[in-house]
Amino acid sequence: MRFASKRQSLTSIDETEGVGLIITEPEDLWHANNLIAIGDIVYAPTLRKVTTESLTGSTSTQKVRAELAVKVTDTSFDPRASELRVAGTIVNENEIAAVGQYHTITLKHTDRDIKFTIWKSQGWDSVALSLLAEAISETANKDVVFAVVMQEGVANLCLITESRTLVKQRIEHTIPKKRSSRKETEGGMSDFYGKVLSAILGAIDFNERSGIPKQLLLASPGFVAHNFRAYMKEYAERKGDKPLARLVKEAAVIHTSTGHVHSLNEVLKSPEAQKTMRDSKFTQETSLMDNFYQKLRQDDGRAWYGVQPVAKAIREGAVGRGGGVLMMNSAFFKSMDVAERQKYVALVDKVREDGGDVRLLSSDHESGQRLDALGGIAALLTYPLHDLDEDDDEEDAAQVQEGSAAGTTII
Amino acid sequence: MSRHRAIRNLDYDEVMDEFEEDLEEEEENRLLMEQGVADVRTALAAEASKVTKEQIEEALWHYYYDVDKSVTYLTSKFINAPKKAPKPATQKPTGKYSIPAPATLSREFQHSSHWAEDNRDGLDDRASPHTGFRQDHVGFWVPGSSPSYPLPPVSLSALFHDMPWGNIPKDRESLLIPPVVPRSRCGLLGGSGAPPKMTKLQALAAARKKKAQEKSSEQEVEQTRTQMTGLSVSSSSTQKENTPLSGAFSKRLKTSSSTAQGRVPILPTEPRSEPEQQSVEPITRELEVVEEPVEATPVKKAQPSAFAQTLFGSLTPTITIQQDVVTLGLAPSVLEAFSKPSPDDIVLAAQAKAGKKPPAGQSKKSKSSTTDSLASSVSDLKIDDTPLPKSRNLNVLSEFEKSVKKKNASFVVVGHVDAGKSTMMGRLLLDLGVVDQRTVEKLRKEAHMIGKSSFALAWVLDQRTEERSRGVTIDIATNRFETETTAFTILDAPGHRDFIPNMIAGASQADFAVLVVDASTGAFESGLKGQTKEHSLLIRSMGVSRIIVAVNKLDMVNWSQERFDEIKNQVSGFLSATGFQKKNIAFVPVSGLHGDNMVKRSENPAVSWYTGPTLIEELELSEPSARAMEKPLRVNISEVFRTQQSQVTVSGRVDAGSLQMGDAVLVQPATEKAFIKSILVDEAPSDWAVAGQSVVLHLSHIDPMHVKSGDIICDPNKPIPKERTFTLKALAFDFLMPMQVDVHRGRLHAAGKIIAMPALLDKVTGAVTKKNPRLVKPGQVARVRVELDDQVPLEAGQRVVLRSGGETIAAGLLE
Repeated sequence: MRFASKRQSLTSIDETEGVGLIITEPEDLWHANNLIAIGDIVYAPTLRKVTTESLTGSTSTQKVRAELAVKVTDTSFDPRASELRVAGTIVNENEIAAVGQYHTITLKHTDRDIKFTIWKSQGWDSVALSLLAEAISETANKDVVFAVVMQEGVANLCLITESRTLVKQRIEHTIPKKRSSRKETEGGMSDFYGKVLSAILGAIDFNERSGIPKQLLLASPGFVAHNFRAYMKEYAERKGDKPLARLVKEAAVIHTSTGHVHSLNEVLKSPEAQKTMRDSKFTQETSLMDNFYQKLRQDDGRAWYGVQPVAKAIREGAVGRGGGVLMMNSAFFKSMDVAERQKYVALVDKVREDGGDVRLLSSDHESGQRLDALGGIAALLTYPLHDLDEDDDEEDAAQVQEGSAAGTTII
Repeated sequence: MSRHRAIRNLDYDEVMDEFEEDLEEEEENRLLMEQGVADVRTALAAEASKVTKEQIEEALWHYYYDVDKSVTYLTSKFINAPKKAPKPATQKPTGKYSIPAPATLSREFQHSSHWAEDNRDGLDDRASPHTGFRQDHVGFWVPGSSPSYPLPPVSLSALFHDMPWGNIPKDRESLLIPPVVPRSRCGLLGGSGAPPKMTKLQALAAARKKKAQEKSSEQEVEQTRTQMTGLSVSSSSTQKENTPLSGAFSKRLKTSSSTAQGRVPILPTEPRSEPEQQSVEPITRELEVVEEPVEATPVKKAQPSAFAQTLFGSLTPTITIQQDVVTLGLAPSVLEAFSKPSPDDIVLAAQAKAGKKPPAGQSKKSKSSTTDSLASSVSDLKIDDTPLPKSRNLNVLSEFEKSVKKKNASFVVVGHVDAGKSTMMGRLLLDLGVVDQRTVEKLRKEAHMIGKSSFALAWVLDQRTEERSRGVTIDIATNRFETETTAFTILDAPGHRDFIPNMIAGASQADFAVLVVDASTGAFESGLKGQTKEHSLLIRSMGVSRIIVAVNKLDMVNWSQERFDEIKNQVSGFLSATGFQKKNIAFVPVSGLHGDNMVKRSENPAVSWYTGPTLIEELELSEPSARAMEKPLRVNISEVFRTQQSQVTVSGRVDAGSLQMGDAVLVQPATEKAFIKSILVDEAPSDWAVAGQSVVLHLSHIDPMHVKSGDIICDPNKPIPKERTFTLKALAFDFLMPMQVDVHRGRLHAAGKIIAMPALLDKVTGAVTKKNPRLVKPGQVARVRVELDDQVPLEAGQRVVLRSGGETIAAGLLE
């Protein structure tokens, strides 16, 4: 994504200004989705169905190209098609539709550059600006990693880009177990490998120069990934498929504990993955989350999660210079009302003021998913604080009796 | 000027004046008319008696009081040609006349009756459906006048002059019958505005019919009245209150009963309004009493109109049903045909009699049902779970009591990787004669070929190429052997940490466990940190309470008793900390490779210090845990495969309940029904199986895509619920916080995350010690809420293990 005007720069953006942006790659739509919040005004070229009635009463409908501005009421992002639909009420005077009518603008990446303009309903605050900065900065780096996380009978094909992880496909295959004959189990496994391979071939476009992933990562517990790599190699040799052979040659086999998508965290931590993607944003995020979990385990009062405790810690200035980090999900800001958003923006500003670090994690990455589990907000403190969650307890005093009757029967 | 303004400015006086002027004009006309009549009478002189006053008036009106013209007209029409007296052509009355202009039946009548006569021949000799054609015209015929020709010129106003509005005497009422046959068959299409006419014969027939009908409808009224009293309301008190209603009811009933015959007869005029309005009151009052006895101040309800009552019927359900039956309008023979169960119902009922449960179809058989029985029959509706005809309808539990079988027990073999679990079980099977020496020799040769001759015994159980080439067990291996008292099922679990999900699957099927510990130097210590510890935690959390510790490879340390005691101390300390009771822990020094102290007591003098039972004796001492045979059926599917008998063959353990051949079962979470084609218990065909047995089920009537390992087969009447979120009372083995976890329940392995930790609990009493802890530390017991990615069959009381990053972090009981 880039600014529509060459003279435009991040620092010169006025609070209430409309910022024109140009979509240059499919990934930009994901950023646009993060950027556009409910209540904003989006101005973009769009198609609208216009029905005209002739003098005889017959009607004809045609799609008319027009530039419309809508006040956003809803957005929906289709990650697979990379399409962003922005729905809202029309706010600009135009020839085809009345002001106040509903319209949905569909933004997508095409050969031509598409320009759209955003006016933020609450002005370009620090959060909006950092999301914009992220969207603008990215154009140079286009590392794409294809990871297959698998276990016996289950495989997840994931495309990891700079900003998000896309689960392209999930494959499940029932593999006959030991009871049946040995031959059947092996047949089942090779059927499974065949299924996964054809899915991979379908998901990777080898012709498009930019689309070929830089690296293929095969991850599994046990020997599944290893065997699958051998299967792929054999297949590439048999078919004489050079691009595939090249990909297989560089494919790394990584050990994970399960074949579920959340094992991607283990993949991203692995030295094999770090080698290719050391500086990418999501590996940094992954290590940040690991760091947080580790601090939480130590239970020394320096790692807190949840809105109340974190807000309290920030108010006390504990998230500041020298290791203070505030982590928030970027999706967190998406559909908030004005007052709430201002509250969180104030938190972000306070941390920055104190000299702390603010990271907006993408909820489409596994690290963001982990943060999501913690309520979407967490902080590493510069000095220990205890009992930040105290006042929560009082309201529940009445319920304390509830569990007392049943004894523990677990052990 | 707008319309509103015009109305506002309207001068009422002016309008009233205009109206008065109209009246004056009328008066003027009347005078003119009287004058004209007198003049005409005098002009006609002698002939004046031949014409009526009306005729004169009409002629005068027609010629606008022109006396001469009227006289000429009257003379030519009535006096000189009395036989053919065409009526003067009617003219539309001018708007000012409130009395309709004297109208005679038009000339067109004559014309079209000729037409009708022309067609009569073709019509009359047709069969009954054409009566409708004739009836079609009755509506246009005025019964008050004779249909015979010539018609006297009768004015319509004269026709109705003696009738007050809306109070038409019965004999004057017309019979309105909707057309039965399509219009196109009885008249011209389109433009002709002429009303269809009828012939004299048709008219006669219609008149007769009408008379007959009136009679019969009156009879019907009487009939329904009597039926009503018999039917209406069950309790006498309500009947009393209902009596004033009978007028309204009978009215409605008449309508419905006669519509059954396909036409609408004339309703006898009823004494209007008064009785009806009174009758409404009791209804509402009665309703309030019946439906809302608690309510002190009755809410005022709108009174139902007579029309609404006709439409929606009475408020008593009995009558509604009666009406339904009647308005079906079917021939009695048809009604009778459906009053009995259909052939399908009969077949189903017969099948059910053969099966053990009655089918749902039986309950909805007849019309006599009241709404109560209807409601109950609806609630009785369910998936047809009639067992297959081949079912033997055994009482499985009594069958199980009768069978003098050996006791059934299954045990899981766990321990650190390379502790020698598979080899030990291979030796056990060889020594017991389940596997013959020849097979083992063959395996030994094969193992030798790839330089792993020491693995030969393990290969008895590790059959997959991968397992053999890598020398590790990957999946659970199941095998059977029998002693004199017990039939055992071995579940040989993998020790490698990557395959712990498989080990959990095995442990969930076991009654007790054999923990294999590698006694050789260094191996024991690394095992204790590794899977020896994790496995014993897991089997304890899976509900296994008895454990036999086989101290293996003791021959490597020359059967050193010190080493054995050292291991015994460490392991028993650790096991009792895990929650095993001392009396449930046994230690046996063995050599898995050579078979010492396994089936036979070791003959090695170095081990003479051990006098306790051998491993097999220890196994026989173990009592299998109690079975939940009375509970609803639950079978945990551990494997799905294809066999000759069925595309969908599953193996697993019956956790609760019982089943037999031919039973209908439900597979969750797919919620797909299947039938049990046949059962194998301990690899032998059986007609039934009960809780605790490991079974192979051949399923039919189900697509293989609906059955996965980890699914649960259950009773279709008491299905296991499937959930996305569940609450767990969990013992933490590691730090718990909101995080992503793997959820294991038997074979089931699902991804999910901890979404909340509502409370920390006291380990002993279970009381809540802290609400919403930020973190649960290892060893603490907490209530944990977990959300899964997909729906999964789960039930309170099931044991669930949570893992994360390849480590077991918690285990607990579903709440």
